[in-house]
Amino acid sequence: MNVLEYYAKHLGAVFPSLLRGAVLTIQVTALSEMFGIIIGMFAGLGKLSKNKIIKGFCGAYVDLIRGTPLLVQVFLIYFGLPNLVLQITGNRFPIDPFVAAVWACSINSGAYVAEIFRSGIQSIEKGQMEAARSLGMNKIQAMRYIILPQAFRRIIPPLGNEFIALMKDTSILSAIGLEELVRKGQLYTSSTFASFPVYTGVMLIYLVMTMTVSRFVTYMERRLKVIDRS
Amino acid sequence: MIVVKNLYKDFGNLKVLKGVNTFIKEQEVVVVIGPSGSGKSTFLRCLNLLEEPTSGEIIIDGVNLLDKNTDINKVRQGLGMVFQRFNLFPHMTALENISIAPMKVKGLSREEAEKIARDLLAKVDLRDKEDYLPDQLSGGQQQRVAIARALAMQPKIMLFDEPTSALDPEMVGEVLAVMKNLAKEGMTMVVVTHEMGFAKEVGDRVLFMDEGVIVEEGSPEELFNNPKHPRTKSFLSKIL
Ligand SMILES: Nc1ncnc2c1ncn2[C@@H]1O[C@H](COP(=O)(O)OP(=O)(O)OP(=O)(O)O)[C@@H](O)[C@H]1O
Ligand SMILES: [Mg+2]
Repeated sequence: MNVLEYYAKHLGAVFPSLLRGAVLTIQVTALSEMFGIIIGMFAGLGKLSKNKIIKGFCGAYVDLIRGTPLLVQVFLIYFGLPNLVLQITGNRFPIDPFVAAVWACSINSGAYVAEIFRSGIQSIEKGQMEAARSLGMNKIQAMRYIILPQAFRRIIPPLGNEFIALMKDTSILSAIGLEELVRKGQLYTSSTFASFPVYTGVMLIYLVMTMTVSRFVTYMERRLKVIDRS
Repeated sequence: MIVVKNLYKDFGNLKVLKGVNTFIKEQEVVVVIGPSGSGKSTFLRCLNLLEEPTSGEIIIDGVNLLDKNTDINKVRQGLGMVFQRFNLFPHMTALENISIAPMKVKGLSREEAEKIARDLLAKVDLRDKEDYLPDQLSGGQQQRVAIARALAMQPKIMLFDEPTSALDPEMVGEVLAVMKNLAKEGMTMVVVTHEMGFAKEVGDRVLFMDEGVIVEEGSPEELFNNPKHPRTKSFLSKIL
């Protein structure tokens, strides 16, 4: 059997399984990014708060998450949390890998998104807030109707980058046995040792997914620009 | 209607307002002039608490602005502000710029708010521009939308901070025309401007500020034709 045949055979055999893994990768990424945006919006606003406690808390969260590896955060939730609960309550507390993964990635992504929101909000000219307040809007109204809608447009590109980064980072979830794209590949190679076909296949699927996202972001950016101008 | 007593404002170590005292009557048009950095904008921004005074008193319609219990959002509804750089909301059309505050702050329905907005657009002579975004309007048009936006909250007092300074010369007139109309309708106005023609034509009183205090005040004729204070004289000689 020559190399090409070997390659085609294994790639063909593993591909359906890889695609199922890719679906899980997309699910984890999309859910985590969605929660991450919600967490990040509040944490980003919190970092801009005048209230020292809120500001300090949000700042500490962002520093903690950005200053430690995602893998360790995942382990802490998947292994550490059940351990802690067991020590405190005496009860077993198993966590589903998918749930742990979404938790960890949401909290992780939230910290990066917080910084994106913070700088997006700060990039809006001071006069916008002043104009809103001078009309009698309170801070929350001014944020909601005036500042955030403008900030959202500016943060779409960095949010897209964050989404792509997170998608790639979910590969480490293979370490807790979540059968996402990389784990599917590992499972196949462990019985066949066909690493080269498998990991080129894995790579290709990641590439297609990240390119699709970045195309979509470019499209959104353009569309918002059109809205801005038309 | 507005009473200002001993108003001080520091920015850190920089003392910008050093005891401003004045009184502005209902329907009066007060023009504030003075050299750059003398504190004109700061004074105006203190009147609606965009800057928080360091000490002193501001009383508007009997309400003490610096009282902790004063609802500042409520006070601001009664004070329209027009900025040098317009500060229109770029993601909203002219109509939305004007109707957003009546809807969200006063709780009017969209129909009511848009009716007010359309009437005001007509008033500033921009009837056909309601669906335009700020980007698509000239500077003069943007500033007129900004005036309409402030008027939409039906304020009793309008504050203008150099409303024509960022405009190309050919657009100054259209904005001043809107302001003159407002003055004729009896709006109480405080206007920081370098437009001496405007001051002479519609100003009831001119305040000359320098180094954080009101150095001299009087009717436009008195102040422009017969300034008493040497600093007023030297300032006027530079700009007239
Ligand atoms: N937010 C701020 N922080 C620090 N210093 C400030 C701030 N705002 C104004 N100043 C300073 O206060 C002084 C007075 O400023 P202000 O804008 O009131 O002057 P102005 O009379 O309006 O001048 P211009 O004609 O140039 O607009 C200036 O020295 C300015 O640098
Ligand atoms: Mg100024």
